[in-house]
Amino acid sequence: MIADLLIQGTQMTLVLLLAPLLTGFVRKVKARFLRRRGPPLLQPYRDLIRLMRKEVVLAHNASWLFRIIPYLIFAGTWVAAALIPTFATGLMFSWTADLIAITALLGSARFFLALAGMDVGTSFGGIGSSREVMIASLAEPAMIMIVFTLALLAGSTQLSTVAGVMLSPTIGLRVSLGLALIALILVAIAENARIPIDNPATHLELTMVHEAMVLEYSGRHLAVIELAAALKLLLYVSLIACVFVPWGLAPAGATLGALLAGAALYVAKLAVGGFLLAVFETSIAKMRVFRVPDFLGVALMLGLLGTLLLFVSRSL
Amino acid sequence: MPVIAALGCVAGLLAVSVLAVACGRMSAATRLVYGATLVVTATGLGVALLALASGPSQVTLPVGLPWLGAHFRLDALAAFFLVVVNLGGAAASLYGIGYGAHEHEPQRVLPFFPAFLAGMNLVVLADDAFAFLLSWEFMSLSSWALVMAHHREAGNARAGFVYILMASFGTLALLLAFGLLAGPEGGYAFDTMRAAHPPPVLAGLVLGLVLLGTGSKAGLVPLHVWLPLAHPAAPSHVSALMSGVMTKVAVYGFVRIVFDLLGPTAWWWGVPVLAVGGATAVLGVLYALMQDDLKRVLAYSTIENIGLVFVGLGLALAFDANGLPAAGALALTAALFHVFNHAQFKSILFFGAGAVLSATGERHLGRLGGLIHRMPATSIACLVACMAISALPPLNGFASEWLAFQAILLSPELSQWGLKLMVPAVGALLALSAALAAACFVRVFGITFLGRARSPVAAAAREVDRWSLSAMFILAALCVIAGLLPGLVIDGLAPVVQGLVGERMPRQLGDAWLSIVPVMESRSSYNGLLVLVFIAASASIAAFVIHRLASRAVRRAPAWDCGFPNADPATQYTASSFAQPIRRVFGSSVFGARETVDMPPPGDLRPARFTVELRDFAWELIYTPIARAVAFLAERLNHLQFLTIRRYLSLVFFALISLLLMLAIWP
Repeated sequence: MIADLLIQGTQMTLVLLLAPLLTGFVRKVKARFLRRRGPPLLQPYRDLIRLMRKEVVLAHNASWLFRIIPYLIFAGTWVAAALIPTFATGLMFSWTADLIAITALLGSARFFLALAGMDVGTSFGGIGSSREVMIASLAEPAMIMIVFTLALLAGSTQLSTVAGVMLSPTIGLRVSLGLALIALILVAIAENARIPIDNPATHLELTMVHEAMVLEYSGRHLAVIELAAALKLLLYVSLIACVFVPWGLAPAGATLGALLAGAALYVAKLAVGGFLLAVFETSIAKMRVFRVPDFLGVALMLGLLGTLLLFVSRSL
Repeated sequence: MPVIAALGCVAGLLAVSVLAVACGRMSAATRLVYGATLVVTATGLGVALLALASGPSQVTLPVGLPWLGAHFRLDALAAFFLVVVNLGGAAASLYGIGYGAHEHEPQRVLPFFPAFLAGMNLVVLADDAFAFLLSWEFMSLSSWALVMAHHREAGNARAGFVYILMASFGTLALLLAFGLLAGPEGGYAFDTMRAAHPPPVLAGLVLGLVLLGTGSKAGLVPLHVWLPLAHPAAPSHVSALMSGVMTKVAVYGFVRIVFDLLGPTAWWWGVPVLAVGGATAVLGVLYALMQDDLKRVLAYSTIENIGLVFVGLGLALAFDANGLPAAGALALTAALFHVFNHAQFKSILFFGAGAVLSATGERHLGRLGGLIHRMPATSIACLVACMAISALPPLNGFASEWLAFQAILLSPELSQWGLKLMVPAVGALLALSAALAAACFVRVFGITFLGRARSPVAAAAREVDRWSLSAMFILAALCVIAGLLPGLVIDGLAPVVQGLVGERMPRQLGDAWLSIVPVMESRSSYNGLLVLVFIAASASIAAFVIHRLASRAVRRAPAWDCGFPNADPATQYTASSFAQPIRRVFGSSVFGARETVDMPPPGDLRPARFTVELRDFAWELIYTPIARAVAFLAERLNHLQFLTIRRYLSLVFFALISLLLMLAIWP
């Protein structure tokens, strides 16, 4: 009981502490690819601290909802991240919410962020919210289809169970798993507002999506939102690692050595994921907003195809 | 006897209706009638809750057809739907006490409101075909009268006309279905129908007719066309009853006939129900996203939710036919849970639309905005309802959707290839409709309550009265409770599900931490209460740490808006522009959307004009051809009015000869 609580608490703390580092790592690698030195790895921490020290500038007509939404977004994202195994399966509260609920928690965060974009009543907030819900209306069904594929393979929507099944030799290589992996990568890129869907570094108004919604935020509110965005990126990398690269995850009741090894491997997986993201973002251009449906339509079709294959035959 | 108590409540409602006729013009009539209706429906709710736990009870009254009487029965299924009807009725009555004060001609609404509730109660209680159809038609006519309450307003008369046409069509389909079920012996009692199992072909025909009859009342595509016209036309608390409750009475009709009266299930019955349900869910929400009228958005959203319910029912039929009772129980529980949920949050949303209407006089989204500052309590209740209908955890909408997804994940056990291929496609449609629903209600809440006021009436709006707010908050509390403790609802539904598919979901409330488990815990589980605790704890920790470590300084200043100063409220996104990206993705294929921009030539001072045309293909492909055919035939047959006497006598002679020949030839 106490040990389980400690493991759960450690995982929650770990994801929170590592999230800005992952963001910093991606930026660093991208800068090196462009032959720049780039900011230090720890720069995102400094940015968060700077934002927290600044005063909050609120628009005259910002409502109470505008002020609490950063905390709701952060809480929803953190709870979802806490339920994804990072270095150990059998999380104490993994039965509280499964993959479908995690998807819906991320949907909650997005719902509130879109409302925040509309609260102050500016054009740019509206354009960001409008585009965000369009992207979400395609990414979320694709995510559900990926969940279906994994659930049919593992016989459960519980993420710890899915990871455990993936570790076992019974699964092996599957066509549907390959389809689900590609689809999940596409969804992760879209959900995290990365190139080619959105550019996290830009403030060019006509191309913004995520930045447009948070344009009116400042100070500590902006810090919370930035931290939630970093946490979301780490969440998706963790999810991909947990399901498709589950090796090194410590089983329930593991020794301290196994837990430490799992943690070290987890950090390594994050680094590899961040590196690959940087490679991808450097090698591709941002696409126009209205080609996003094609991009996400591919993810939706791959997810549906993976599910259909498993309905047709359990061995595909 | 619970059934007698329930009939007593119906009698009470009819008495209130008569009372309303008598004193409809008195100044205190509104409070008197709605207060009395509230008392009676609250009593009915209590009776229904008691009946849910007790066994079925039955009574026959010596009215109706001479050899049949009028049969009434209160079993678990009827009790559940009585809960939905009377809970919705009580909330609408409570809301009506405050909202009805704005009615200029209350005598147009007051007599029909309790009559409408009585009709719905009677449909659920009826235990023979005659009583069922009579109650069904009574429900239709009284609600039609309520739709026509404001018949002088543009569009409302047409809405009433289309509604009564579709209602008549639905009743005709049900009449034919009951005729087939009754058979040549004319066994119109439900007990008799239950005992006689019709042959497969006949059963399939009955399924089709029932799908047409109850589907048209519920709003299944393509029989939905009356719903977005009629539901907004009625007063808002009546709209809440029609969208939140009457469509559920139609679902009751479908479940009663297909699951109870029809006998053993064939595997292919699930196919049309799943197909229609999935299409209805996606098309309903896409249409909702394109509407600029607040109440019409909500009406189309009802179509989406009815689609979700029928997907659950289709899955239950498929599992039942394949001998998978546990999976069937899960699917049916998901469908009925969503019936309960939609009745709550759709009622809140229509109450909210009514509050906005009474505060501003506007239903057009383009003239609202900023109401969160002027109507803070209404905005909170509507926010809860928007979150619930978007299926966000930990509210009730997510719980029933989660159960539906779990049921879909059991579908590989089905053995027919048609179902194997159809179910994942329907699952994708379900996921798509859920995501689009969230987009729809970000739009509704964001345009209406957030941002800046787009018109002077929105800027001057005032909060509504306490009766209206009480109704909204009571239902919002129910959404929260059903989301945090879904095991309560699931265990409450267990007698209903047991009676229909012979199996129930595992007992939920005994589980530690109050999780819900669809089949067994090793497969999956969900705990809304703990999710809420985690979110609240996380948000509190974050707020606490931030306020301890970070600056607390707050300054109010003009909005940044990328540095553009003093932008007019007209520069905000409108409902139409908000929907534009989704319209661009889905619009051309689903409703033939066409955008035109009329730019004035150089030097011309007139403004440019932007137009969006949307088409409902159901009208163009089904109803317009029928209307043209009727007009054509009417035009042709009209010539018969202008014949000479000699020709009329000739026609009579030929008709007589034809009949005599038929009598002679027919063996």
